[in-house]
Amino acid sequence: MAFLRAFGRYVPSRIVGNAELAERLGCEPDWILNVSGIAERRYAAEGETVSDMAAAAASDCLVHAGFDPSKIGLVILASGSAERRFPGPAAETAARMGIAGVPAIDLPMASAGSLFGLALADRLAAAFGPVLIVAAEKMSTVIAREPQDRNTAILFGDGAGGCLVHPTEGEAEIVDACLHSDGGFAGNLCLEWDRPLHMDGRTVILQASRKVPAVIHELLERNHRPPESVDAFLLHQANQNLTERIAKALEVPLDKFYSNIAHYGNTSSASMLIAAAEWCASSGFQPSEPVVFAVFGAGFHWGALLAVGT
Amino acid sequence: MTTQERILAIVQQVAQKPVPADPDESLFESGVLDSFGLPDVVSALEKEFGVKVPDADLNPRKFDSLTRIERYIESRA
Repeated sequence: MAFLRAFGRYVPSRIVGNAELAERLGCEPDWILNVSGIAERRYAAEGETVSDMAAAAASDCLVHAGFDPSKIGLVILASGSAERRFPGPAAETAARMGIAGVPAIDLPMASAGSLFGLALADRLAAAFGPVLIVAAEKMSTVIAREPQDRNTAILFGDGAGGCLVHPTEGEAEIVDACLHSDGGFAGNLCLEWDRPLHMDGRTVILQASRKVPAVIHELLERNHRPPESVDAFLLHQANQNLTERIAKALEVPLDKFYSNIAHYGNTSSASMLIAAAEWCASSGFQPSEPVVFAVFGAGFHWGALLAVGT
Repeated sequence: MTTQERILAIVQQVAQKPVPADPDESLFESGVLDSFGLPDVVSALEKEFGVKVPDADLNPRKFDSLTRIERYIESRA
């Protein structure tokens, strides 16, 4: 199995608070906070692209790793909000990092993309060498499409996260991952080209409330580790109320679930890696201590990954 | 208690709000249940009636009113 060497993140400088958003959407700032746990989010500048943010997060990750970009063997980039149908932002991001020629793969998966990317990197690192996973989203342009839906517009923000997966060394070893997909729900959360984001929130919450605890149980049971033994849970930051529900279902104290959604909102695929980067900066992996990553998103795709500090 | 009375008790306990007298009225549109109340209702139904709701059946429309819930529970019995 491969290793998590370092994480990085980038968030745009523009802060959009609930008061500004509430005025635009015709709702109350407190309502936004109550239904989502989100107080503010970041919006990218008008000309700032998914690749711009991805390259910034990748650079931050490599600085934390103290790693020479020329030694990267593969780039995997997850984004559900890329500006073009093709090419995706993976190759462009790699070129900006000065590693044109290195294979670069796009995962247009939205929220679950970063964890699926990590799981793939775990298997591919042995063949390609160090793998850089980046997840970047410019959701502010997506939610601005008319007609705007305040139930979804309040949730999302922009940002990017990165992780370097190394075949032989790192802060934590990837032990196992469980991945699942069910296209029967493709229409419940989707983004068509040039159309507004469609999210059937009730179905998404209902499914995520079941599937995320279930996949974490699946992962931990087959690795003979009870939920209470996990040092930290790093989840896709979708909604604070959902995180609280997952903690309750697993019978694990909420303070084991790192949360930064109050400051960034839901940044789709980027959120889990941004959270991981900030968690590493504040506490980080401890030797032999297990950490669980978990996601749920459009597709539906969902999964969990277990890493243990080295 | 009838099945519908047992369902009513569950919804009232989860929502902590008065439930419409009309069993066909939408529990969502009437403001009784929100997105986060629904998973609790489903879990409580499973416990009360000893049924397992498979993920494929986790469709809010099946749990939109007391009548719909009763119909679903009876189909699982």
